[in-house]
Amino acid sequence: MALVIWFVIRLRNLFAVVILLGLYSLLAATLFVHLDAVDVAFTEAAVGAGISTVLALGALALTTSREAIPERIPLLPLFIVLIVGVALIYASLDMPLYGDATAAAHLHVAPRYIERSLSETGVPNMVTAVLASYRGYDTLGEVTVILTAAVGVVTILGTAVKSVKTSKQSSN
Amino acid sequence: MTHFLILRVVAKLLMPFILLFALYVQFHGDFGPGGGFQAGIIFAVAFILYALLYGVDLATKVVPEWLVRWGLAAGLLIYAGTGLLGLVRQSEYLNYSVLRDTPVAGQHLGITLVEFGVGVTVASAMISIFFAFAKYRS
Repeated sequence: MALVIWFVIRLRNLFAVVILLGLYSLLAATLFVHLDAVDVAFTEAAVGAGISTVLALGALALTTSREAIPERIPLLPLFIVLIVGVALIYASLDMPLYGDATAAAHLHVAPRYIERSLSETGVPNMVTAVLASYRGYDTLGEVTVILTAAVGVVTILGTAVKSVKTSKQSSN
Repeated sequence: MTHFLILRVVAKLLMPFILLFALYVQFHGDFGPGGGFQAGIIFAVAFILYALLYGVDLATKVVPEWLVRWGLAAGLLIYAGTGLLGLVRQSEYLNYSVLRDTPVAGQHLGITLVEFGVGVTVASAMISIFFAFAKYRS
C-alpha cells in the first residue's frame, strides 16, 4: 500500500493515479477483511475501488489527464502537513492496542449491542442492526449527505448542459 | 462505437446478475454482510456499465433522468417517513419497535424499509452523478 501511495505522489499522469487509487482501495478492502470488518471491506471495494474510480475517470475526461507542475515548492502547505502528520502520529501513540478489550470504545455501548442486538432487533448481522436501528439518526444524516452531494453535482454540471441546449435552441 | 462487440455482449450477459446480486445484498443485509449502501452502489454500477458501453443516450432511455431524480428524493423520504411512522404511533422518531405488534417484528420491518430507502438514494445518486459527468461533454 505504501508503494502504491509512493507512485500516486510521484506520477504526473493522472489516469495512472486514478487506477492506482483504485488498487489502493482494493488493498484497503483486503486489510478490512483481515480485520474481520467485512461490511466495511464490502463498502470500500464497491465505493473506493469501483465507483469512485469510474467517477474520477469521468472527471478526467472533462478536464485533463496531466498534472500541472507547480512553479515553486509550496512551503507553507508542506509545513502545515508536516505539523499535522507529526501531531497525528503523536496521538496514535496514545491509542489502545488492536483488540484491547479494555479500550474505551469497547466499554461504552458495544457490550450492549453484542449482548442484546439479536434479541432486540432480530437481525443477526450486528453491523446492520447498529447502522439502521441503534444509530438510525447517523445513517439518516449519511443518506442526506449523499443526496446533497448528488444534488450539488447535478446542479453544477446539469444546469450547464441545459443552458447550452437552450442557447442552441434559441439560436436555431 | 461499433467496435465494442465482445464487451457489449458480455456486459449484457452480466447485467441481470449484477442487478440480482444488488438485490441480494439489499435484502440479505440483515443476515450477511451488506446493506443499502453497498446494494445501491452495485445496482448503479449495472447501469453505469451499460452507459459506458452503449452510450449515455441509450442509458437514459433505460433509466430516465426524471426517475433518477425522483428516486434521489424518494429514498430519503422513505427513510424519514419510516422515522415519522414511529412518531405517528406515539413513540420516538426512528423507533421501529412500534411499527408492528411485537418489537422484534417492528424492528425488522423498520430496518428493511430504512435500508431500502438508503439503497434507492445511493443508487440514484451514483447514477445521476455519472450521468451529469457523462452528459456534460456532449
